[in-house]
Amino acid sequence: MQRLLILGGGTAGTMVAGKLRRRLDPADWQITVVDHDDDHLYQPGLLFLPFGDIQAQQIVKPRKRFLPDGVDLVIGEIARVDADACTAVLAGGRELRYDQLVIATGVSPRPDQTPGMLGPQWRRSIFDFFTLDGATALKAALKGFDGGRLVVHVTDMPIKCPVAPLEFTFLADAYFRGRGMRNRVEIVFVTPLPGAFTKPIAAERLGTMLDDREIVVEPDFLVERIDADHKTLISYDEREVPFDLLVTVPLNMGADFVARSGLGDELNLVPVDKHTFLSTQYDNIFALGDANNIPTSKAGSVAHFSVEVFADNFVQHIAGKPMTGSFDGHANCFIESGNGKGLLIDFNYDTEPLTGTYPLPIVGPFGLLKENARNHWGKLAFRWIYWHLLLPGRRIPLPANMSMAGKHQPVKEPQS
Amino acid sequence: MTVATIAGTPVHVDGEGFLTEYDEWTEALAQHLAAGIGIELTDAHWKALRFLRDDFRTRGETATLRRVSTVGGIPIKELFALFPGKPAKKMAYIAGLPKPHGCV
Repeated sequence: MQRLLILGGGTAGTMVAGKLRRRLDPADWQITVVDHDDDHLYQPGLLFLPFGDIQAQQIVKPRKRFLPDGVDLVIGEIARVDADACTAVLAGGRELRYDQLVIATGVSPRPDQTPGMLGPQWRRSIFDFFTLDGATALKAALKGFDGGRLVVHVTDMPIKCPVAPLEFTFLADAYFRGRGMRNRVEIVFVTPLPGAFTKPIAAERLGTMLDDREIVVEPDFLVERIDADHKTLISYDEREVPFDLLVTVPLNMGADFVARSGLGDELNLVPVDKHTFLSTQYDNIFALGDANNIPTSKAGSVAHFSVEVFADNFVQHIAGKPMTGSFDGHANCFIESGNGKGLLIDFNYDTEPLTGTYPLPIVGPFGLLKENARNHWGKLAFRWIYWHLLLPGRRIPLPANMSMAGKHQPVKEPQS
Repeated sequence: MTVATIAGTPVHVDGEGFLTEYDEWTEALAQHLAAGIGIELTDAHWKALRFLRDDFRTRGETATLRRVSTVGGIPIKELFALFPGKPAKKMAYIAGLPKPHGCV
């Protein structure tokens, strides 16, 4: 009996379990998933929670429910992986041996990495929204906010879903307009990137969305510390952005056990081949989802398309054959823009988000880089798709690799 | 992608003047590129640039400021002093590497 051990029962880990249970004979392969709790969080829902558009119970469900029969779930903290001994060790000393290991423990926001972020103002005037606690606390803070300067801030890349802070900004604009107090709220978007949009075609199409909403952008701002007493963000080049309410995306890092096991880079991400997700160090370790270092967004969409490519590759790999599937960095996502509208983008390692349409039988096509209500409903419908089709590893009629069908090709080479 | 002549050498560059071929870069070229954006290269600059070049060769990605700081041992504050305003972009430009990128 061979053993496949999957560390992490989030989006990637759950999908891997579902897809591989179907491909691996239970007589030959035991599959075990380890996570520290039984709460599977639908992370895209966190964006809507602060505005009261979704409730916590709609976005948290037991992990066990999404794992197929024949997959064991072990609840425990992972202390370390001893890759040379092919063993994962849990806190308390329990050892789990493996023949093949999938690391899918994701990334977590680390407010402790920015001096002053965790302090007297944490969850008083400084909030995150990529955690359930943070989003819930922020909901109360927004409700009680009676005007002033709202700063939406990204600490550093990579972050989970790079468009989420922008979406939050658009939704906050709509939220305060809805409450008839937008004229008393100044909204500032602070980013370490050169702008809110950095890809030429998206920037050209979407650049005015911020101006139209009177949102000020502070680009190239890499925060060094937060002065909690004066409620001010301070950058490495000594620029200051004061706030009354700060909604920040803290630095994202992979799990600490990855670092302790000598398997991570400076952000505890596992270096892998960006087309196959095989560890650059060990021939029987893969890292999928946010946990690896591929140059894409940390996003469920990337995890989804990655796992599609990985599942067939894995079967070849354990048969001693070369892996023939090659992931192209494909991701797509709906961008919520407020007032019941949204946009859709679709791109990969080499192709930036383009205009055109995204073909999909029956419900499509969806307009790309175009603001409309259909994209908003697409985003809302996705939560159902996530729980019922995606997580259990059922087939979704979306190609894993990006297709140019429907996209408008730029007339000349994009100057990226 | 076009061919530009920098310091008498023909090199491939993208629309913003970033070199696109790793092996076309030379130290003389770096000095010229740096001068073009108002930076005179000192030993401290070279330490950062050499780290970037070596790191790219093994990983195939331009190192982030955090990586230059954590792995390369040069504090981010110092990188802002050496390459004012946009250190990540300026370092990549001078080191002949792709600039760091976002998603939209």
